[in-house]
Formats: sequence, C-alpha cells, structure tokens
Amino acid sequence: MSNADTPEADLLTDAVAPAIQLKGISKAFGPVQANKNISISVKPGTIHGIIGENGAGKSTLMSILYGFYKADSGQILINGAETQIPDSQAAIRAGIGMVFQHFKLVQNFTVLENIILGAEDGPLLRPSLNKARGVLKQLAEEYELNVDPDAVVEHLDVGHQQRVEILKALYRQADILILDEPTGVLTPAEADHLFRILENLRKEGKTIILITHKLREIMDATDTVSVMRRGEMTATVQTSETSPERLAEMMVGRKVLLQVKKTPAEPAGPILEVENLRHVDEQGVERLKGISLDVRGGEILGIAGVAGNGQSDLLEVLGGYAEGTGTIRVRGKEIDLTGRHSDGQSRRADGIAHVPEDRHREGLIMPFTAWENMIFGYHRDPGIQSGPLMDNAAIKTEAAAKMERFDVRPPDPRLAARNFSGGNQQKIVLAREIERNPDILLVGQPTRGVDIGAIEFIHQQIIRLRDEGKAILLVSVELDEIFSLSDRIAVMFDGRIMGERVPSETNEQELGLLMAGITDTAHAHVPASPMAMSEAELQKAAVEAPEPTTPEPPAPPPSEAASDTQPSAKAKDAPGKSKDHQEKPRPSESVASLSATLPQSTASVPRQPPPRQDPQESDPNG
Amino acid sequence: MDFLTTLQVLDSAIRLATPLLLACLAGLFSERAGILDIGLEGKMLAAAFFSAATASITGDVWLGLGAGIVASMALSLVHGLASITFRGNQLISGVAINFLAAGLTVLIAQAWFSQGGRTPSLIGTGRFEPLTLPGAEMLTGIPLVGPIYSELISGHSILVYVAFLMVPLTWWLLFRTRFGLRLRAVGEAPEAVDTAGVSVVGVRYVAVCICGILCGLAGAYLATALQAGFVKDMTAGRGFIALAALIFAKWRPWHALYACLLFGLLQAVALRYQNIDLGAFVVPVQFMDALPYILTVVILAGFVGKAIPPRAGGQPYVKES
Repeated sequence: MSNADTPEADLLTDAVAPAIQLKGISKAFGPVQANKNISISVKPGTIHGIIGENGAGKSTLMSILYGFYKADSGQILINGAETQIPDSQAAIRAGIGMVFQHFKLVQNFTVLENIILGAEDGPLLRPSLNKARGVLKQLAEEYELNVDPDAVVEHLDVGHQQRVEILKALYRQADILILDEPTGVLTPAEADHLFRILENLRKEGKTIILITHKLREIMDATDTVSVMRRGEMTATVQTSETSPERLAEMMVGRKVLLQVKKTPAEPAGPILEVENLRHVDEQGVERLKGISLDVRGGEILGIAGVAGNGQSDLLEVLGGYAEGTGTIRVRGKEIDLTGRHSDGQSRRADGIAHVPEDRHREGLIMPFTAWENMIFGYHRDPGIQSGPLMDNAAIKTEAAAKMERFDVRPPDPRLAARNFSGGNQQKIVLAREIERNPDILLVGQPTRGVDIGAIEFIHQQIIRLRDEGKAILLVSVELDEIFSLSDRIAVMFDGRIMGERVPSETNEQELGLLMAGITDTAHAHVPASPMAMSEAELQKAAVEAPEPTTPEPPAPPPSEAASDTQPSAKAKDAPGKSKDHQEKPRPSESVASLSATLPQSTASVPRQPPPRQDPQESDPNG
Repeated sequence: MDFLTTLQVLDSAIRLATPLLLACLAGLFSERAGILDIGLEGKMLAAAFFSAATASITGDVWLGLGAGIVASMALSLVHGLASITFRGNQLISGVAINFLAAGLTVLIAQAWFSQGGRTPSLIGTGRFEPLTLPGAEMLTGIPLVGPIYSELISGHSILVYVAFLMVPLTWWLLFRTRFGLRLRAVGEAPEAVDTAGVSVVGVRYVAVCICGILCGLAGAYLATALQAGFVKDMTAGRGFIALAALIFAKWRPWHALYACLLFGLLQAVALRYQNIDLGAFVVPVQFMDALPYILTVVILAGFVGKAIPPRAGGQPYVKES
C-alpha cells in the first residue's frame, strides 16, 4: 500500500538528511553483547520496520535511542546533526517519541493527565489541561486518534490505551515515532486501526520506526525493513523488493518453512471421547453447552473459533482444573469430572497432557528454574523419587537432556523460566508434556507470542506426536495455524460445536460463518462467495444466529461511545488481518468482518471481570 | 451532657486531632509518592524531643520548632536515602527509624537534662500559647455562635490552625498543580514519569522532605503546645494511628481530616470520661483509653472497605525497558 509512492519519496529524500542515523552503535550487558556495531539510516517520512526474533537486540537499540541506556560506543545523528541522548528528556527534545510494548501510563489518571505529565506548561494544571484538550481534539481529527480525554486510563481497552501513548508522543511534538511490538496486545481490528493511524502520520511527514517480529505487519505497513539477528543488523532492504520467506531466512539465519510439511493422517480408533460436556463458570454462565467430540489416535483435531466462545473452558475441563458434567472417556475408560480425582495430576495419570493457553499463568512458574518447571505435574512420579525426597540430580540431568532435544536456548536448566524468550518457554512446556509420552495432548494457542523459528519447531513437534499415533486436540484462534496443522476442524461458537470440517474440503469463508454461529449457509445466501453478501444480509444472517446467553450485555467501556465519534468507526475496524505468519493471501476478509457485525457478545463474551470501578480513587475532591 | 461540656470535649478533640492530622498529611505526601512511611512515629518523637530541648535551653519556642523540623527532616532523609537511593526495604527502614528515635531521644534527654529521660517543663516563651482570635471575647455573650467561636474555634495554638489549613493546601497541591500531578504519578507508575523525562528520584525526595517537615510540626506541637516538655515515648503510637487514619481516608486529604477528627474525638472522650457508668456495669477507664487503638485495629482489619494504596507504594524504582 505505502510502497506505491516510494520512488517519489526517494527523489524527495535523497537530498534530505536521514531522520535518524546510527553509526557503529554497540552495547554490552556484562558478557552479553546486545548490540554489535549497528549502523542504520532512516529516511524521513517513511515507515521503517525493524524485524528480528526476541532477544535479537531490537529493544536495546531503541532504548539507546530513547535515552534509557547509554551506548558503549557509536554515534547518533538526528536530522543530520550529531545528538547526545543521555536521558529520555533529551530524546523528547530531539523529537523522538516512543510507544513501549508495555504502556507507560498512570492507570488511575485521566487521558488528559497522562498526556500532560512531564510536559506541563506551568506550575498550575488547569492551563495545561485546557491546552491539551484542544490539541487532542485536533490530533483526533487529523489522525483518527479518537480517545475520550476525560476517560480514566484503566477503563480503556488496550487499543485506546495505545492511542494515548501515541498521543503523548505527538503532544510532545515528536517527529520520529518508535513503536515497540505495538500489535502484540491488540486484536486484529485494533491492529488494523493502528496501521491506518501510522499511515496517516506518515502522510503528515512523520518518521515511524516499527519494531516487530511479525512478518505480515512488515510486509503490509513498511517502506523499508532492517533485519536484526543476535545483536547485529544483518540487512536493510526495500520492503517491496523482499518477501516474507527472505525476511524469515534473514531473521533466523537459515531457511524457514512458513508452511508445515505433513503427511495425511492415518487415524486409528478414538482415544478421547467427549459426550455432552457442560460447564458453568464462577459467574454462573454456562460456557459449555453440551460438547460432543472425539479425537482418534494419529490425528489432530483443531478447534477453531473466536476467542471466548468456550474453547478455554473446554481445555480447562479436559485438563482437570475446572469441573464439568457429561462424559469423558480415555481409551474407553470413563474419567471423573468432579471431586478428588479431577485435577491436573489425575488427568496426567490418565494419559492426558496439557499445554495450556497461557503459559505464564498456567504453564510455568516464572521465577522457578527450568528444571523445576519441567517436573511440575509429574513430581510424584516414582521414577524421580529418592526415598522421601525428590532426586534433584536426576531431574536436572533429565531436564538438560530434554532441553537439548527441544532445542531450548540457552540449554541451561538452572535458569529461571522468566529468563527464556517466549518461544523457548513454550518449548519447555512442550518438552515437559510431550516427553512423558501421553496418549492425548491438549494444546492451547501453541505459538502465541512465539518467534517464527520456534513456531516451525513447535509445529513439527506436534505433528511428530501425531505421527506416533497420539490424539491431539489443538485450540487456536489463528485460523492459519488451524488450517496448517489440523486433520479435522471443529468450530466452536457460544459453547457449542457448530460443525466439523476436513481442511481440504472447506475454506476460511465457510469456517468464518461457522465461527459466527451460522450453520444454515444456504439460508444465508452465501455458498460461493460471501464477498457478494451485502452488509444487510450479513447482519441478517448474524441476527439469526443463536442468541448468546450471556446474562448481561457486555457493557462497552464508558469511553467507547464518546471516543469513537464517527458512527461507522466500528464497522471500519472490521477487516482484520490474521496476525502472525505470512501465508498465501487471504481470499476474503469475511471472517473478521462477520464477527464484527455480530452482536458484540459473540466476539468477546466478557470473561474478564468488569473494569475496576473506584471512582473515588482519583477523585480530585479527595 | 450540657452544651458547654460538649464544646469542651470537641475543643479537646481538635487539640488531640492536630498532631494526628499533621502526621497523617505527612504520610499522605510520602505514600502518594510511593514511599511507605512507617517511621512517622519516630520522626514525631525526635521532633518532639529536639523542639522541647531547644525551647527549654533557649527559651524560644520558634527555635524549638525549627530544631524539631530539622530533626524530623534528618530522619526523613535517612529514610529517603535507604529507600530511594539505595532501594532498600521501606518497611525495615521505617521500623529502624522508630527504634532509633525511641532510644536516642531518651538517651540524649538523660545526658543533657538528667531528669530521667524528660526535658524540663517549658514555661513562658518556651511554649506555644493559645491564640485568641479577634472578636472572640466580644462574641462570647451571643448564644450558640459565641461559645462555639470563642471556645471551639478560638484559643488554640498557631500550629492547630496551620494543621487545619494544611488540608486544603495539600488538596490543592496534589490535584491542581504540576507538582501534585507528578507526585501522584510517581506513586502510581514511576516508569511513566521516567519516560516522560521527569526525575523519579527527585520527586520522591521532595515528597519525603515535605513529610519530614510535617512530622516535625506534629512532634513540636506535641511537646511545645499540647504539653509542656518532652517525656519518654510521648507520641504514644500517634504515628501509627495517623497511618491508620491515612488508610481509612484512602490517601485523600479531606478524608484524612475527618478520620483524624474522629480519632481525636475518641481520645478526647477517653480523657474526659474515665469511667462511664452504664448502670448495669461500668466501662473501665482502661477500655476508654484503649478505644482509639481498638478502632485502629478494626479499621486496619478492613472495616473500611477496599482501600487501594498507590500502586507503586513500597517498591523502589528500578529503571528497565
């Protein structure tokens, strides 16, 4: 999209000094060389992507640019002039704004207060607040950056919080905007909106540096891309002249398969049978409404669905940490769904291993070492006991061997789990569960927040397990992943299985309709091309979908109504992109647009507790 | 209970609430900036001793007040050094300050005055005298308004008025000024302040210094206005009651005033009515004396509902990206 006008931009900017030029930047933390002799030149008025795996040194480089760290050596030139950036204040003065991956916002302050913090005009707040209100209004109109200035930040969703961060930078008159992994926390629709904002900013002549490890974003949004690997800048190329495969190769340092290779499944008899499974959560909402499915040995059953339609609950009940009613049979033997024999450990004894969706919360204990993490759930295994104690030496040796086999880097079992990158953490969890040779493996979002190199490895491991004749239940919100791994696909909507399909006989449109709860495709006039459906028809189809039985309608954040001033803002948010890895171009965006036209509750059944309401807390009349 | 007695109890409540209020506001500044301060008690005690000692030696209560503030500030800076610069544990630093003050005041008092750990009684200009507000005597004759003005509002020492004026001033500073915005931000999300190019350490030190000044006022008031001289452990847990009031008030200045008045009233009632005869049984004096402390425990046990402290409270700020 933006590449169309690069030749013209080239002509214009050749004479102009680069917005940012780094020369020979090096930075070491103790023995670790985070940045090695990095040189880069960013043209003004472009979107420059910096891509690299986690730990490649991208964030360190940007922290140097923002004055958080001081480089050991090297020069920084801003608009052609050498600039010292000893602290954030200096970076702000040089016109650099930074949007951090973890927002630096004061949660119980209003948007306005956050914006002016540190950039107040005088000792009294009122004039600054009034000025900021005016500036904000103007910025909102210019760049689609709508946020209610009086909303308290903690009541905003992440997408809006990120806009506040961008507004903060623009309020400080930043010409150069650095965004560090900006889409990691966003839904596809929010990410889309973000890229429209960035495009608007670029048109206004701002320079944008986009740090990410997502190839698709780089390909879609940037003009130029620099690749980092192990602290070094390995290449800088025009985005239009490269391909995702090339970029992936430069990032990882070897050829990467973006598509998993697998042979057709040779399924045996069913290993896991689920009949009429029901689950009611703590709030009394029925999350599973009679799920029946079976998984045969040697096949991967993929569960597709928009997040929050009961997939997590299914994993929790199967994994033994939520109670349910119904029948679950493993190799024909019924297992307890309630009581003392319904917990993670009993499930593991039954042969069900579980790679949970949220590895930080459910998969690992972050401050504990890798070897400790690798024994959890199996710590009563007689094989590792030594009298009344655990045989730690044996566990460590075993852990080291597993880490070697699963290519966990660094392969040091004494390192705390939090010190590993996302991909390596996931490999630790996988190694723990797979190496115990389970009959059934439950996998939730196996590659969420995982590097591209690690994704390939993780997918291969899952397929290897399948080829050994195990039954695998895969839950993923990434349709790409569902398609590339599954042998059968079941679609969940509102706690029910809407239908099962074989990947080769279906397409994303059909699955998209199922994910939106529409089974009667003939009635919805869709069959051939949902693209042909008018907005009205889609809405009609959506309305006829089973009524979600959430007790209360999900209240949008209080700011929502005020912040999205145009009535069509919601609809415009719709065309979402799948986030992670690049694949063949999507024939249609119908999946996301459909879910957007649905009653809100289907897309995001409110699982999370309502935003904390404590109006007094920042009450100025305190 | 007749009108005059009520007035006298309320009058006493105001006097007793004053040191609590000053200490509570001191804690408010510190904790809003993310520095937990359990050492309010120790700072008050040190200020009480040094103000009384200086006032008794020089005979000038204002010098005494200055000495009290300096002593309290010194301890505040120790706390700041430990918890801001060296990123130590703020609770431990506070506890250490309390021990230090409790021991040191008595030791020095004994060394200087040899009166068993107390200072000589302050007389004349060595003490803050009650101020009679203009018109207080003229209005005495007017029913209701007269006694309220002359008994309740007039006739306190200057520090009482300072303490009560500190409430709107604190509110204004916190919620209407740049300094207040930064102070509150630094207690909630120091990383936001840091990335905005403002020194976290600087803001926190200013907060700790304000805390020291207010604790100094509180301590000096105890020794040179409420009483006439320093006695061992004269703060009697007021620093902790102030902390309780702070939580009760959920770190808000006006609510801090109400909370401190409530505690002051309880103390006043306990002083006035030593034994309350309820007919069937007599509430013993010990119970009345313990009442403010019992209430403190009840309040801290969560009776007040959910009090959300400043989010970065107690955590030293370590820069990371």
